[in-house]
Order: sequence, then C-alpha cells, then structure tokens
Amino acid sequence: MSGVRVLVGTRKGAFVLESDGKRERWEVSGPHFGGWEIYHVKGSPVEPKRLYASQSSGWFGQIIQRSDDGGRTWATVDNKFTYDGIPGTHQWYDGTPHPWEFKRVWHLEPSLTDPDTVYAGVEDAALFKSTDGGQTWHELSGLRGHGSGPRWQPGAGGMCLHTVVLDPGNPARIFIAISAAGAFRSDDGGATWRPINQGLRSAQIPDPTADVGHCVHRIAMHKARPDVLFMQKHWDVMRTDNAGESWHEVSGNLPTDFGFAIDVHAHEPDTIYVVPIKSDSEHYPLDGKLSVYRSRTGGHEWEALSNGLPQRDCYVNVLRDAMAVDALDSCGVYFGTTGGQVYASADAGDHWAPIVRDLPAVLSVEVQTLP
Amino acid sequence: MIRVELPAHLRTLAHVADEVRLDVGGPATQRSVLDALEARYPMLRGTIRDHVTQRRRPFVRFFACEQDLSHELPDAALPDAVATGAEPLLVVGAMAGG
Repeated sequence: MSGVRVLVGTRKGAFVLESDGKRERWEVSGPHFGGWEIYHVKGSPVEPKRLYASQSSGWFGQIIQRSDDGGRTWATVDNKFTYDGIPGTHQWYDGTPHPWEFKRVWHLEPSLTDPDTVYAGVEDAALFKSTDGGQTWHELSGLRGHGSGPRWQPGAGGMCLHTVVLDPGNPARIFIAISAAGAFRSDDGGATWRPINQGLRSAQIPDPTADVGHCVHRIAMHKARPDVLFMQKHWDVMRTDNAGESWHEVSGNLPTDFGFAIDVHAHEPDTIYVVPIKSDSEHYPLDGKLSVYRSRTGGHEWEALSNGLPQRDCYVNVLRDAMAVDALDSCGVYFGTTGGQVYASADAGDHWAPIVRDLPAVLSVEVQTLP
Repeated sequence: MIRVELPAHLRTLAHVADEVRLDVGGPATQRSVLDALEARYPMLRGTIRDHVTQRRRPFVRFFACEQDLSHELPDAALPDAVATGAEPLLVVGAMAGG
C-alpha cells in the first residue's frame, strides 16, 4: 500500500511523520537539527528520498541539509548565498534605502524533473538556484535586478521570498512571491521577471493598486491547470485564470479573508483550502475556533470544516508554508500550527485529527505521497 | 597544536564530540585558527564568521584565558597559552533568548 511522509519544519527542529495509506497510525522521527529553526523541508517530486532542508539560527546563520534516504540521514551542502554583483538597496521601514543583506532561506522548491535542481527563496528577497544537489548556489539576479527592486520593502516578518511555484507544463515559467513586493513571473527560466499584481488591491499602501508593494502571503496551483493560481494575500483571497495577468477576488463568504496558507485539492482543481485568521494584528482564529475553509467552486462560496478541530480557546496561527495535500485517492489535507499541532484529514477536510500535537511552533508542512 | 572548543550546536554540525585540535601554520590568530577549522570542517563555513566579509557573526564570541577576545583584530596574535595549546580558544554562542 502506498503511504505518506509529512515533513514538518519547526522553530526548534525538523520532524518526519510517516504513515501508510490509511493515515491512521503515525511514526514520528525527530527532532532533526534540534534547537535550529527549520523554515522548510521539501522532497523532490521525481526522487522522493531526496529531501532538502533549510536550517538556520540567529547565532550561527544558514545551513542547508540534504537527505538521500527519505530523512533518515542528512548531510550539509553549500550554505553560501552570495548576491550577484553589487547588491544594491531596497526600501527600509523608514523609507530610506537599505542594502540587500542575506538572512535566511525561507523556501526550498525542488525541480519537477531533476532531483539535483532546486530553487531557494531567501530573505532579503532573492531567488537562488542549484543544479548540483545544493553543492553550489547562484542567484537568478534578474529578479532582484528588476527595476522595481529599490521600491521593495519588508513586511513585518522581513523582506522574504517565500513562494516558488513551478509550471509543470512549461519548464521556463516560474512564479514567485515576496512580502511585501508582490508576485512575479518569469517565462525564461528565471533570467527575466515582471510583476503580476494587476487586480490586487491593498489599502495599506499609498497606491492601493500599485504594480509592486503588495503583501502576498502564499500562491497555490493545481498541476493540471497551471494558468489558474490562487493567492492568499495579506487581506483577500485572489484568483487568476491567466497566469497572473490579472487577479480577481474570490473571498466570498469567508468570515475573514486575512490568512497565510492556501492550497488546492490534489484531484479537484477547483477545490481550495484556506485557514481564516482574524486580522493582521490578531494572528489567531476568529472566536477561538480553528476552522479550515473549503471552496469547491474555485472561490466565492466557502464552507467551514471544523470536525475534529478545537472549537474553543484556540489562539494559534497557521503560517504560509504550513499547509499541504497528499495525492492519495482520497485526498489528504494537512496543516501545522504555531501551537505545535499538526492536523490531518484523510477525507479532503471533512474530518480532522491531530497526528502530533506538542511540537515546537510549526513553520512549514510538506507532504510526499509514497509509492 | 591549537585547541578549539565549539558550542554544542556546532559540535553536532561538525560531528565532533569534544574539543578540536588543529595544526595552524604560522602565527596563531583568530583568522589562522578559523581558516584551519573551516578547512577541516567545511560545514562550519559561514556559521562563525560571514562567508564574504569574514566578520564574526554578531552572536558568536571568542574567549580564552578568561578574556573576551571578540573585539580583537582577526590578525592579532592569540595569547601564548592558546598558541601553545595550554588553553583552548572558546567559540561561544552569546547568551541570548530564542
């Protein structure tokens, strides 16, 4: 029987959770890299035993780890992320120019076709690529060099490139998102980029419809329909049907359209999931009740999924990289909380149960569907 | 022979259980000791000092012989007791929350 492997990054280490296809009993291994912040762990879609992990610490900086046996053993690879050329400046919180400074890797996105190729989204915002399994990294500097770069500015969590979405039908097309610059697309493998933020409206910036400056939290795609993207923005859930040329709001009847995570059902391209969070200053669910919301219509119409989730006194957050789906026949949905719980549903969100509940604050959740 | 004592997280990263002993060519300075340390344990590159600027990371300190050497110049001679191996150079993660 096929199974699943859930890769969990937390504030104090990584955890690997494994189950068979029933997804009822779980084996938990970890903490791996105990005491370090693990912003993200992700496996290669073409070689599931190949995992990459971003390990960082305020004391000792950035480490990249690689596993070739599904997370049982790990080895360090290169951790040198050097901006290409003269780094230049972006906007600081006070509006003054501030030099680009590498801080950490937020997101690792392995290639859809080559286990040795992997992208790294970093803070201060830039995209790096390795084609040798992480042994060396080089910046795709056309992004940072985009003419709008000096106007980018950090969100409250830093100026991070946190989302990398690869187009399965077009190897030259890459989508990325930056807080708080917005979404960008490359159609030439990352050499050149342009902002794709038309239709976004952010009341928190001087020009609410500016071409850059939006705080995009997360973008999700269904691999069968790569021109359709769903976005959880700072406020607003958005959708594009033309690969980002224009966006329209699909928040519909959500009780609040602030949030971080968003994902798409593995088999139903119009079934999407978000976790509504009360507000940008109150990073917890409404009324202390944790609910995932599901739309089966590609947005606009949403239903609360709360069976098995805490419905009182719950004040956790679900961060942008902390939701994922598996690809088993009955699609599994997973998310982790800042309270250390990882919840799973083996029936597309109808019923939930914690598969582990006392981890450090969860930063990221990824799922591998194993043969 | 120079003795270097690493903080626990860096010992784990370098797969060493105890203090590290290094042969350092030439005068014993922060730079020469860290060069030798990183040559033996490449996974430590970037964790104690910045890859590019070679400056000490802000929350890392260098102590030896009950002195804080963190603000000494990288090419300043380390104390004789460190150079002779009588005392270790301590690489310390600063006391800080998190």
